[in-house]
Amino acid sequence: MTILRTNNLTMKFGGLTAVSDLTLEVPEQGIIGLIGPNGAGKTTVFNMITGVYKPTSGNILFNNTDITRMEPHVITKNGIARTFQNIRLFKDLSVLDNVMIANHLRLDSNFFSAVARTPGYREKEEGIRKKSLELLDQVGLLEFKDTKSTALPYGKQRKLEIARALATEPKLLLLDEPAAGMNPQESIELMAFIKEIRNRFDLSILMIEHHMQVIMGVCEHIYVLDYGIKIAEGNPGVIQNDPKVIEAYLGVEE
Amino acid sequence: MIDKKNIIRLGLILLVLAVLTILNNTMGKYEIRILNLAGIYIILGLSLNVINGFTGLFSLGHAGFMAIGAYTSSLLTMSVIQKESNFFVEPIVPWLANVQIGFLPALLFGGILAAVLGAMIAAPILKLTDDYLAIATLGFSEIIRVIFTNTQSLTNGALGIKGLTRYTTVHYTWGIAILTILFMFSLRKSSYGKALMAIREDQTAAEAMGINLFKHKLLAFTIGSFFAGIGGGLLAHLMGTIDPLMFRFLLTFNVLLIVVLGGIGSISGTVISAIVVTIMLEWLRFLDGVIDLGFMTIQGIPGLRMVLFSLLLMVVIIFKQNGLMGRDEITIDSLGGFFARFRKKEA
Repeated sequence: MTILRTNNLTMKFGGLTAVSDLTLEVPEQGIIGLIGPNGAGKTTVFNMITGVYKPTSGNILFNNTDITRMEPHVITKNGIARTFQNIRLFKDLSVLDNVMIANHLRLDSNFFSAVARTPGYREKEEGIRKKSLELLDQVGLLEFKDTKSTALPYGKQRKLEIARALATEPKLLLLDEPAAGMNPQESIELMAFIKEIRNRFDLSILMIEHHMQVIMGVCEHIYVLDYGIKIAEGNPGVIQNDPKVIEAYLGVEE
Repeated sequence: MIDKKNIIRLGLILLVLAVLTILNNTMGKYEIRILNLAGIYIILGLSLNVINGFTGLFSLGHAGFMAIGAYTSSLLTMSVIQKESNFFVEPIVPWLANVQIGFLPALLFGGILAAVLGAMIAAPILKLTDDYLAIATLGFSEIIRVIFTNTQSLTNGALGIKGLTRYTTVHYTWGIAILTILFMFSLRKSSYGKALMAIREDQTAAEAMGINLFKHKLLAFTIGSFFAGIGGGLLAHLMGTIDPLMFRFLLTFNVLLIVVLGGIGSISGTVISAIVVTIMLEWLRFLDGVIDLGFMTIQGIPGLRMVLFSLLLMVVIIFKQNGLMGRDEITIDSLGGFFARFRKKEA
């Protein structure tokens, strides 16, 4: 079963074609990689899937529903969550609040019952708090729940961003360079962590990464973009030996 | 459920009410007027704080929303005779001529109308951010003022409305101010309040977390203009006179000054700063008059005290950008912590 499919996705910014004619598939429970040199259009693909950019042409199917021109918050509600390349936490708020806010979209209390703190609302809020604490516990951030999110060390901030995305109860998680800025030890831990959340939360993952060890270690299938064009796809073994990929990354021998 | 914190909260409110009652019975007319103004500025400061502080939208349109509330409630509380004597250039529109309702419902109505119009104004301009939003809201506020100047048969135009019954008392201003404070704390604690703060912290991330930006920004504007409308109504019935010139940018500036000095986003900071600024605005009036320095006499320069406030604002923005409280709050817990530390020092 395919959970996400893009058909001939194209994104043009004026005269520049950032992504051209991209077709990719994410199977259920799959961990799929999206790699390519800087400026290849990887983050643009994420921005199209999450509704931040409206594609010039092509469409995106999620669970067999066309989500191409939906608003970002609607797409999140449908079950796609993401993290950002340059961490975007709610800086001034606590770790727990960061995760609790991600539950706001599933809260079906109206504004007045929330401000009046009706018993019904309080019960729901307590449920969200419990759920958020549980999630923090699962990702190993429970002891930092009252810390301001920016006070966390870098690697933990990345983890919190993933936890916050998980709190929206996604079916598909988009990770934008989760290993960026991590040391080798943290990267190895991250690989295990990604596999673990896939199994525990029963979701599919599409990830952008420059760290080849991480990509080759966790991804089952990899797409390679260069100048917005898909130049290769396949399992890690195939990609490592693909001449086009080697050329894109290292250049070609004279 | 009765817990210790709620009892302390109730105790604090009763204490404030007791102090206010004593002040109300012992102070002169002039001091009571200042007390009333302080209450009103608390409401106004907190209402702007929802938009500028919680949600991080830079709005400068507050005077416009206050004008809507002030005019609506005034027109509703005026008696038929008051209306006749005011509207002598052009008679008032017939559907308003014979309407007169109580002060409290009139205030509420003013707030609701301000909220509805606030939402209608905000809806088309919410795509804008930062200074662009500030300019657009400022423009709308001026538009409201100009419309009110030219609708002779509805607002009496530039002549304004005079001789309003002065319904506003300390009970009304501080009663509503306390309710506003409670509302703000509850909002801040609720899921909706946190969603607003998420938008302030990072709009892109908030949207990616499923928060409907448009809906929540509109919510902030609606709440802000509702309380601005109520504050405007209270102000009108304290002054007894309103005219369109009252609702110029300077009024928005006063409220903005309170919020910035108190700490943008802090409820307690705004409350403290509203009280301090209101008292200072009155106390510094001597600056506007003739000042005898002994060796020389400065002739009265009207507006000199505002120069001082502008300087103060500049100093705060340069040296203490977060204002008095930053985004922190004085809560029962923090008070408890403060006293515990205090006791330790004594021991």
